[in-house]
Amino acid sequence: MMRIACPNCGLRDEREYAYGGEAHLDRPELDCDDQAWEEYLFLRANPKGEHAERWVHVHGCGVWFNLIRHTETHEVVAVYVMGVARP
Amino acid sequence: MTGYRLSHGGGRIDRGQSIDFSFNGKRYAGLAGDTLASALLANGVQLVGRSFKLHRPRGIVGAGCEETNALVQLEHGISSIPNVQATMIALEEGLVARSINAWPSLTWDIAGVNDRLRGLFSAGFYYKTFMWPDWHWFEWLIRRAAGLGKVPVVPDPQRYEARHVECDLLVIGGGRRGLAAAAQAARDGKSVLLVDLDQGLPSLEGVRTFEKTAALGIWDHGFVLAASEGRVIHRIRAEQIILATGKQERGIAFANNDLPGIMLAGAIGRYVADYAVAPGRSGIFFVNNDLGWRSAIEAAQCGVGVRAIVDARPQVLPELAHRARAHGIDLFFSSLVRSAHGRGRVTGVTIEKPDGLSRLACDFVGVSGGWNPASQLWTMAGGQTKFNERSQSFQPDGLVANVEWAGPEPIEAEPIWTVHGGDEKTMFVDFQTDVTVADIKLAARENYRSVEHLKRYTVLGMGVDQGKLSSVPGAMILAETIGAEPGTLSASKVRPPFVPTAFGLIGADLRGERFRPRRYLPAHEWHVREGAVFEDFGWERPAAYPVGGEDIQAAAEREAAAVRSGVGLFDGSPLGKILVAGPEAAAFLDRVYVGTPSTLKPGRIRYGLVLNENGTILDDGVYARLQDGSFLLSPSSAFADRMVRLLEDLLQCEWPMDVVVQDVTEQYAVWTVAGPNARNVLEALQPSFVLSSERFPHLSVREGQLDGSEVRIQRVSFSGELSYEIQVPAGQAVQMGDALMAAGKPYGLVPYGIEALEILRIEKGYIHVGTDTDSETQPGDIGFGGAIAKKQSDFLGRRALTRRSSLSPNRKQLVGLTSLCGGILPVGGHVRAPSGQSGGFVTSSQFSPVLGRGVALGLVEQGQRRLGEIVEIVSLGKRWQARISETVAYDREGGRLDT
Amino acid sequence: MSRYSAFALLRNWLGGNTDWDPVWRSPEPASSYDVIIIGAGGHGLATAYHLAKHYRPGRIAVIDKGWLGGGNTGRNTTIVRSDYFYKESADFYDHSLRLYASLSQELNFNIMYSARGILNLAHSRHEVDFQRRIVNAMQLNGIDAELLGREEVLKFCPVLNGDPNARFPIYGAMRQKRGGTVRHDAVAWGYARAADALGVDILQNTEVTGFRRDISGGVQGVETSKGFIGATKVGIATAGHSSVVAQMAGFRLPVASYGLQAFVSEPVKPVLHTVIGSAVIGSYCSQSDKGGIVCGGGIDPYPSFAQRGSAATMEKVLAGIVQLVPTFSSLRLLRQWAGIVDYTADSSPIIDRSPVPGIYLNVGWGGGGFKAIPAGGEAFAHLIAKDEPHPLTTAFGLQRFRDGALIDEAAAAGIEH
Repeated sequence: MMRIACPNCGLRDEREYAYGGEAHLDRPELDCDDQAWEEYLFLRANPKGEHAERWVHVHGCGVWFNLIRHTETHEVVAVYVMGVARP
Repeated sequence: MTGYRLSHGGGRIDRGQSIDFSFNGKRYAGLAGDTLASALLANGVQLVGRSFKLHRPRGIVGAGCEETNALVQLEHGISSIPNVQATMIALEEGLVARSINAWPSLTWDIAGVNDRLRGLFSAGFYYKTFMWPDWHWFEWLIRRAAGLGKVPVVPDPQRYEARHVECDLLVIGGGRRGLAAAAQAARDGKSVLLVDLDQGLPSLEGVRTFEKTAALGIWDHGFVLAASEGRVIHRIRAEQIILATGKQERGIAFANNDLPGIMLAGAIGRYVADYAVAPGRSGIFFVNNDLGWRSAIEAAQCGVGVRAIVDARPQVLPELAHRARAHGIDLFFSSLVRSAHGRGRVTGVTIEKPDGLSRLACDFVGVSGGWNPASQLWTMAGGQTKFNERSQSFQPDGLVANVEWAGPEPIEAEPIWTVHGGDEKTMFVDFQTDVTVADIKLAARENYRSVEHLKRYTVLGMGVDQGKLSSVPGAMILAETIGAEPGTLSASKVRPPFVPTAFGLIGADLRGERFRPRRYLPAHEWHVREGAVFEDFGWERPAAYPVGGEDIQAAAEREAAAVRSGVGLFDGSPLGKILVAGPEAAAFLDRVYVGTPSTLKPGRIRYGLVLNENGTILDDGVYARLQDGSFLLSPSSAFADRMVRLLEDLLQCEWPMDVVVQDVTEQYAVWTVAGPNARNVLEALQPSFVLSSERFPHLSVREGQLDGSEVRIQRVSFSGELSYEIQVPAGQAVQMGDALMAAGKPYGLVPYGIEALEILRIEKGYIHVGTDTDSETQPGDIGFGGAIAKKQSDFLGRRALTRRSSLSPNRKQLVGLTSLCGGILPVGGHVRAPSGQSGGFVTSSQFSPVLGRGVALGLVEQGQRRLGEIVEIVSLGKRWQARISETVAYDREGGRLDT
Repeated sequence: MSRYSAFALLRNWLGGNTDWDPVWRSPEPASSYDVIIIGAGGHGLATAYHLAKHYRPGRIAVIDKGWLGGGNTGRNTTIVRSDYFYKESADFYDHSLRLYASLSQELNFNIMYSARGILNLAHSRHEVDFQRRIVNAMQLNGIDAELLGREEVLKFCPVLNGDPNARFPIYGAMRQKRGGTVRHDAVAWGYARAADALGVDILQNTEVTGFRRDISGGVQGVETSKGFIGATKVGIATAGHSSVVAQMAGFRLPVASYGLQAFVSEPVKPVLHTVIGSAVIGSYCSQSDKGGIVCGGGIDPYPSFAQRGSAATMEKVLAGIVQLVPTFSSLRLLRQWAGIVDYTADSSPIIDRSPVPGIYLNVGWGGGGFKAIPAGGEAFAHLIAKDEPHPLTTAFGLQRFRDGALIDEAAAAGIEH
């Protein structure tokens, strides 16, 4: 049961949040080729290590934010607001 | 019958309070403060159970959670709990316990014959046989022989509770070190929680203490679950955790070391000191460390007959030897117990001395093979261990964030795991699962040389005690066998929970209805009053309102017919209601919907689809433009929550636009009045706006008053009839329902449920996403290809619609299906393709009372190009002939919308 | 390899069990192999077995960073079934189930295939309709499947919660009689023993740290914790760690890895004689031959390589078991663990050539790889040996993600697949 620091609400239990997939994926333009769309939709970094990902404080303030989490230890390395580049 | 109660001492018992209990149908008396185990020992009961595989007679071995033999079925009135350790049961008046895994009785157990065949039942024997003719021929027999206690036949009467606890410091273990750490932290002003398996802890200033509480494991970020008395589960969030979990004694494998009467030395010490129970009158202690001596000497001091101490080491502290001799104990150094003797209980041992073998009579044996740190929670928290040569144990090592190991100093011990020379098939390492030194050697010979292979192949450490006694010795004996350096093979991985924990306790606050609370309509009691039959459609919704003994089907047909001919009233409250407002609301929604909301005029409504980025239909529903910069979306009830999340996700992460989203789904009830007389019903309630089709046309929205209440009314229809969806504040749902019923009475208004709605929508070919579409269905498959062609800009999922699979001519498309015989086609029936394979399936089907025949929708390969074709539909061995038809079966022109 | 039989067991009983051969060797790595399979789990070992038995491409090694069968093969809930919706899946998984039925004889190792049936419960009329769709699809695909009514379900499995007012009342169930359980470790050990006997080197405790590629980009071998090992072809069968290995080879995969937990109760006398599960409740269980109730549910809700699991998921899954069988409430959990499963977007596997010449993929099984081991091994061996997909797995390639031709078995999912 992780604890995650919501940028608005502070440290809360994992249960209050929902995971929202890998962060910093750029949605291609409509005229992109099939490969670009495939990469956007399906190909993932999926590292064993630090992973930049999106979360939403779904049972809380509702904010979406980014965090960097170690996928083996589940240590939260950084939390940063949406729209900011990976630290 | 060898154990007895000493006349003095016993720190935990109250000699003034006798407690009656029953074991295996026989009545006994114990004392307040006893555990079931101590009371049984005090009553001279030595045989308490049978082992898992060989059904060998077994006695109590330990005094705490390490107990591996004394498992009982604990019976409390009608409830019955299997496999409870007798050492962990506080004695209560009238307690009833039975031994398990023995038939017909504990003393005369037929399966005891397994022991005679023990060479046959070697480790993993079942992998090597029972293959011919088939495992099924043997499995039932194996299953019947396996298992320990029995699952109760009645529901669990225990009332479990879950509690949340927060503290600065959690101390696990209330021994000397734990108490000291807790007291110090409390003095430093920290909020401190101390948990311990035991009871009778001293109370400390400023420290909350949970007794009889087992920490089950340490999860991510220091989250701890702890179970109190098997009844309350604590979810503990501590900033810091100190593990003062102490140490655990281990045995030594010698021949017949599992005879009843052979116990851990430390356990004997506890029975004597805490419960004034002597396990027998003449004991021998077999040890390799000083603590074993102390157990023997303390027992002797309390008046227990200790005949000899056999130590594997050549010498001991003079002080210990002196004290032992003072109690008349014979001492044997550099000596080992090679084997124990007796039938059903220990009556003597053979000792191997430097000068040869000799035999000593005794009626109990205390064994101390050294001490392991109780590091289970440490390793569960991700901690490492390191082999410590002096103590022959794996000590916690390294660091774990926020977790501190405060275990005892390692206890020096001679490396002695097995005593050679006896029959290895009777040298038990894991008592409960009957794993012997012979089994470990067999596993090594067969090259199951990883400790995890060893564990799985021999089932070492897989019993109810989860290897608290056996894991480390097993790994050490394997290392010795294959010639590996001691300590290079550590014990197999420890997993939660630290002690067995009831499923019901772990899921304590998800029991019964709380597992997934039902959602009730704002007008629930209104529907109850109207005689609704409810079903769970995500919400508790009326399936129908049967009258006069109707079944649901008959009621639904009557209700649907009433809507077509007169007027009906439907509760559509779960329908999503999402306000989207702001200067860029229209532009934003253009990116969300397949259609183009920005071209909608204020006051008007349009139907739209939402796709995922893979091009699949997520939802359909209408949206209304309330004002220039504000929209009201009506996603389907099942999708409403996800729609809100999707919009927020897009706004916050993908398209940061000047738009706000507000979910008002539960703030309003929705009453749908549908049917040719719908307008008349509303007219009777003094609407503040004109209802005529000219002034309030189909697909438009009005706000005003109806029957004096503030309402918003959408003219939309999921039935194909003239229809008004009236939104009122949820608190006025019942009042409005009553008003509409009264106003509708002259027109024969009837309430209708989901089943009637199904009939009406299928007659009209209106889809239900998720039923009439699946994870492949794209807009073109339900006839929306044209709408997309007209739109220029991007929207969710658009790019996916031009990939190869989306352009395939073989896609399944939505069509109507009409049974040639007029009957009802089976939902889930498949269209059989010429190849014999599935060419699609029936997604929705009902009997249409207005058409007098069945109507159905289906997804059929290339369906839209095959209109008129006759296909065969198969379901569960039956067949139907059906014609592929238009999706709309009734009022194709839509004239009834504007009666 | 000496054969296992009742006779051999008797002979060894008399001989003190001293005559059993090692089940596999512990060889030192050769300097190079013709084929290296990374991952000594069920799929990797079955692949090596099929390669050695049917294609004989030369020297074969299976390498693993830990002990063989120590990943998901030894961590799953032992369920086998072929109740799939789409024909592509149905054909493949049913082939696998049929191979399981005769696998004990094939490997001369009792894998304990117990065709005790698998029940997927329906809790509403809508769900019954949905199950009818699946049952009919299965029957058209030539797979046994039945739709049971409420009374039939309760008669077949009386421990289920039969209360009509339960939170999730039982309306019916879908049953596949040939579904059931298989002893998971035995599958790994049986294939390992048989492959070893055919000359396959199983290199345990040998961790792959990188790939060596030639100037044209083709694979030359793998760097390992025991040095470089050359190989003409390399197969990746590393389940949850597929993307970690792919990254070493320089490409990404359309997968994400999650923790999937399993639970076992203390052993009790036989009480549950089939596999039961409910998609709505989100839990399923069966009773092992040893007597423990083995439980599973959905994946943890975020990516993980921790092999540990979230406590919240544990609470949900076990509470769900109590919904299914109320008397299991007083049953006690003995052990909880987790495996790492790699999920694709459609929960179907990838058995295909990788973007790197000479590297092949057998990945993306999600929570459903165990039931696919025999057919997965056969198909992967075919792919590696012939450099073209096995006829049963042509739909399970990487191209489907570009074309959008997903085989989304979410529709056919019990709980996971």
